[in-house]
Amino acid sequence: MEKSKKIGEFLLNYALYILLGAILVTVSIIKPNFIAINNILNIMKQASTKGILALGCAGIIVLGGTDLSIGRMLGLAAAVTASLVQSVTYASRYYTGMTEQLPLIVPLLAAIAVCVLLSAINGFGVSKLHMHAFIITLGTQLIAYGANCIYIESQPSGSAQALSTFDRNFLDKAAGNLMIGTVRIPYVIIYFAALAIIMWIVWNKTRLGKNMFAVGGNSEAAAVSGVSVTKTIMYVYLLAGVLYGIASFLEAARIQSVGANTGINYELDAISACVIGGVSFTGGVGTIQGVVIGAIILQAINYSLYFLGVNAYLQYIIRGLIIVLAVAIDVRKYLVKK
Amino acid sequence: MDQHKYMLEMIDIDKSFPGVHALDRAQFKLRPGTIHSLMGENGAGKSTLMKCLFGIYKKDSGTIRIDGKEVDFANPKHALDNGVAMVHQELNQVLHRNVMENVWLGRLPLKKYGLVDSKLMFAETMETFRDLEINISPTAIIGTLSVSQRQMVEIAKAVSYHAKILVLDEPTSSLTEKEVDHLFRIIRKLTVQGVGIIYISHRMDEILRISDDITVMRDGQWIATKPANELDTNELIRLMVNRDLTHRFPGKTNKPDGTMMSVSHLSGKYEPTFHDVSFTLRKGEILGVAGLMGSRRTELLNTIFGVFTKESGEIEVDGKVIDITSPEVAKRNGFALITEERRATGLFPLMNIYFNTIIANIGKYGKVILSQRKIANDTLFSIQNLKVKTASAKTAIRSLSGGNQQKVIIGRWLLTKPEILLLDEPTRGIDVGAKFEIYQLIINLANEGKGIVMVSSEMPELLGICDRILVMSNGRLAGIVERGKDFGGVAGEQEHILKLAGTYI
Repeated sequence: MEKSKKIGEFLLNYALYILLGAILVTVSIIKPNFIAINNILNIMKQASTKGILALGCAGIIVLGGTDLSIGRMLGLAAAVTASLVQSVTYASRYYTGMTEQLPLIVPLLAAIAVCVLLSAINGFGVSKLHMHAFIITLGTQLIAYGANCIYIESQPSGSAQALSTFDRNFLDKAAGNLMIGTVRIPYVIIYFAALAIIMWIVWNKTRLGKNMFAVGGNSEAAAVSGVSVTKTIMYVYLLAGVLYGIASFLEAARIQSVGANTGINYELDAISACVIGGVSFTGGVGTIQGVVIGAIILQAINYSLYFLGVNAYLQYIIRGLIIVLAVAIDVRKYLVKK
Repeated sequence: MDQHKYMLEMIDIDKSFPGVHALDRAQFKLRPGTIHSLMGENGAGKSTLMKCLFGIYKKDSGTIRIDGKEVDFANPKHALDNGVAMVHQELNQVLHRNVMENVWLGRLPLKKYGLVDSKLMFAETMETFRDLEINISPTAIIGTLSVSQRQMVEIAKAVSYHAKILVLDEPTSSLTEKEVDHLFRIIRKLTVQGVGIIYISHRMDEILRISDDITVMRDGQWIATKPANELDTNELIRLMVNRDLTHRFPGKTNKPDGTMMSVSHLSGKYEPTFHDVSFTLRKGEILGVAGLMGSRRTELLNTIFGVFTKESGEIEVDGKVIDITSPEVAKRNGFALITEERRATGLFPLMNIYFNTIIANIGKYGKVILSQRKIANDTLFSIQNLKVKTASAKTAIRSLSGGNQQKVIIGRWLLTKPEILLLDEPTRGIDVGAKFEIYQLIINLANEGKGIVMVSSEMPELLGICDRILVMSNGRLAGIVERGKDFGGVAGEQEHILKLAGTYI
C-alpha cells in the first residue's frame, strides 16, 4: 500500500520526463538515424539560444512573474546587432558611414544595452509600481515591436527589408564551430553551457540568488528580514536583460537575416522550457539544471516532430499539449490534498 | 540625572490609516533587562505601535528614542541594524527554503568573490540552536516542520541578531505548555544579558507570570503602565475594556434533548488527519472540542463539512445516514461551518457587507438576476439581529473590527437556516466585549434547538458555555467530558481535559 503510493508519487513527479523520454525513444526506433551525433548537436545548437533566454526568464518566474516581452525584445536587439555587423563592403548597409568593421564587443554591448533597458522598464514596473508582470511585459512587448519596425524601416536605402549580409568574423565567432577531430561543436552550445554554469552559481551561491528565492517564495518574510524586495526584483530583471542581449546577438548570427518578425513567440519557448524544467509558476521554486534540461527536451521534441515529418500545424497542437501537461503536473505537485 | 533609565522611549506616537486613528498619542517605555508586556484588546494598536518601531509603518508624529538618542527607522533592515529585532505574529517564512537560509535571510554571510558562506551559516545556526536548546536541523526545509517548530525557528532567528530590544508579537500562539516554558527560559536568559523584551500576548496567565511591567492600551491610546506584581487578571481586563467583567459568560439557558447527529468511526483520508472519531450531538446542545495544536480538531470539522476528504465512517442526521462529499452537500443538509482562519477562508475582504452576507445563500435571491431588494432586506436583518456595528451595509468588510466581521460571517450562515453549526475558534481575534455577544448568540441558537459543535483553544470559554467537551489528542478521540459530573468542580474538569489532551502524545 505504502509502496504503491510511493511509486505513484514517483510516476507523477517524473511523468513529464518519462513521457518525453518515451517520445524520443519511439522516434529513435522508427528512425534509427535520429540518434546520429549530428542530429544531437543540431538539437543542442537550436536549444542553446532559447535556453539562454530561458535562463533569464526563469528568475522572473521564480519571483512569481512572467515575461511576455522576450521575443520582441530579442527582435529589436537582434536588429541593432545586425545593423552593426553588416559587412562594410555591402552597399545598402544600415550605417553607410561605417567603413571599418566594429570590434564585436560593440554590437554585443549594444544588444545587451537594448535588452537591459527594456527589462529595466519591466523590473521598475513590477518592483516600484507594483504592476503585474503579465501586464507590464505585455506593454514592453508592443513597445519593442514598434521600435523594431521603426528601426528597420529607417534604413538609409529606404528599404524595409530584413537586415542581412553580415561580417564573416561575426558569423565565425557567434555561429561558428569548434572542431574536435571531425566533430564540429557549435560555439553557441559552449556559450550556453558557460552561461548556465554562471547562472547556477548566481542562483545557488550568491545573495542575489537566495534573496530571489526568498522574495518569490514569501516576499513579506523577505521584507521583514531586511531584504530589499525592490532591489532584488530589479537585479533579477536586469540580469535577465543581459542574458536576452547575449541571446539576441547569437540569434542574429544564427538566422543571418533580421526582420520585423524576428523573435516572434520566442517567449513562449523560453517560458515552456522553464515550466517543463520544473520552475513553478507559484513562485519560489526552480533549478538551473531543470531549465537547461527543459530547453533541451523542448527542442528535442520539436526536432523529432519535424524529423518524423509531422504536419506543421499538428506540431503546434502537440507542443501546446506538452505545455498544458507540464503545468497540470506542476500544479498537482504543489497541491496540498485535504 | 539618569538619562538612560529607559532603553526605549516611545512618546506621543500617532498613526492614522484611512478611516482609522490607529494610534492616538501612544506611549511606551522599556527598562533595560526587563520583560515589558503590551496588552489590549484586538485593534487596541499594540501591533501597530510595534510596527512603527520596527520601520514597517511610518509614524505620523511622535518621538522614538533608543538609549536617549532619537531614531526613526525607515525599514526593518534599518531597525535590525540598530539592535531591534522582532518575532512577527504571522510566521513570515519562505517555506520552500531551508531553516538556516530563513534564519540568515537579509544578512547572508559572504566569503570570497561574493559567494554565500554556507558552512559558516550552518555552524552559526547550529550554535544558536544549541544555546537555545532547540533541536532542529539547519538544513531541514521549513515547510516540512510543524508550526511550533517553525515558531521556535523564528524566535531563534530574532535572538541571533543579538538585539538589544526584542519584540515578541504573540510568540506562543501555537506552542505547547512545555515549549512555552522553554521560551520563557530563553527570554529570562536574555534579560540577564541586559536585553529588553517587549512581549505581546493574549494569554493573561502567561503575561502575569513572565512580565516585569505591563502597559495596557485601548483604542490606540496609552491607558496604564504598572509593575506586573500589582496587577491581576480582573484588574487587567478592567483596564483593557474599561468596565468590570464580572460576567464573562452569559447564563446558560439551553436544554439539550434527543440525538440529532451521530458520527461513527469517522476518519480523514489525507495525512495529517484524525482517525476513528465517534460522538453524538443532541438538539440544543453546545458540544465543545478541546485539544492541543495538531490534535486535528479543525480537520474533524472540515471533514464533517465535506471540505476535507473522508476515508471511512458514517454521519447520521435525524436517523438518516448522509454522505457529505462537498460543502455544498453539507449546506443542503443543514450544516454551517464558521472557519478558523477568518481572513484566509471566511472573508471576502474587499467586498462589502451585502456581498459577504449573502454569498453562502445566493440561490435564494433569484435564478438569473438577483433581487437587490431581498438582498438588502436580509443583510439589514442580519446586521440588526447580530448587532453588527457598521456605518453602512456598503462598507467593505475589511474595515470592520474582528468581532463585527465574525458577526457578519455568522449572519451569512444563519441565512442558510442551518440545523447544525460547526464553529472553529469562533472568538479568535475578537475583543472581550464582542466575545460575550458571540457567546450569547451561540446560547440563543442552542435555545432554538440547533446543535452546535465548537472547537476552541480557550479553556475558560469551553467551560463557560459548553454542555459536553470532546477532547482530541494527536488525531484521536481521547474522551468526552460531561459537564457537572464528578470531576471535582470546574477546576477538576479543566485538569481532566488537559490530561486527556495529552493521552496520545
